[in-house]
Amino acid sequence: MRLLTAFLIGSVFGLGISISGMANPAKVLNFFDIAGTWDPSLMFVMGGALITTFVGYRLVLGRSSPMLAARFQVPTRRDLDPSLIGGSALFGIGWGIAGFCPGGALPALGTGQTEVFIFTAALLGGIMIARALRSFGGSTPATAGT
Amino acid sequence: METVFTPLQSLGGGVLIGLAAVLLMLIHGRVFGATGILAGVIVPEDRNDLAWRLAAIAGMVTGPALFYVFSGGMPAVEVPVSTMALIAGGLIVGVGVTYGAGCTSGHGVCGMARLSTRSIVATLTFMATTLVTVFIIRHVIGG
Repeated sequence: MRLLTAFLIGSVFGLGISISGMANPAKVLNFFDIAGTWDPSLMFVMGGALITTFVGYRLVLGRSSPMLAARFQVPTRRDLDPSLIGGSALFGIGWGIAGFCPGGALPALGTGQTEVFIFTAALLGGIMIARALRSFGGSTPATAGT
Repeated sequence: METVFTPLQSLGGGVLIGLAAVLLMLIHGRVFGATGILAGVIVPEDRNDLAWRLAAIAGMVTGPALFYVFSGGMPAVEVPVSTMALIAGGLIVGVGVTYGAGCTSGHGVCGMARLSTRSIVATLTFMATTLVTVFIIRHVIGG
């Protein structure tokens, strides 16, 4: 049951990404190209996603527990460490170079286009490199969304 | 490369992205972060989470096929950058989201919706560096 719901939720996300234009690097890069071929569409993606999640979370997190899990696992960290800021800054540089972000690329794999597989392979490589560097440094890798 | 302004589709797509985030919290009690879901598959920390994350990724990949069912065409994936840029960008994104502990979905949608200070700072940071990077590539180097 948990696998089926996760699959269906993933497909809702994938359809949303496909409709929104987030899977299209030309559109994503144009959103950031205010001085050039600006396309403000992604503001509407972020707006729609954010308002829906903001309202939905308020309803959902009022429950005592999720439907198919023992408890809610919501990140609790509050500190602004150099890793958060430096990592996010790097992510933006890479996003500006390639035009794909992880949530845009994964659904785009379903188009079968070679470029998406090249980006995703490099993305996986980058995640593994960073994980290896972190374990050398002895610090525990943070969980996404913290 | 010009792209067409699509406020309604983008808003509708965004609502579906938000709906997926809300449903994952309601049913599984988890934040919908593409980075966390992907990293949890290639570097599993908890075997119990591996299966649902794989199922979620499999679901995500069906997005374009579902889009085809509704619209009769595949979603546009136009890549205006070189293969080298895809590889370099992918590596940098991978390192960045690991140290930054999230990406557009985890920080930009789920974290911001929880009004998490970390996610707000992360989102403002990566939006700013993306803006600067695109400006430099298109108007300083490319211009």
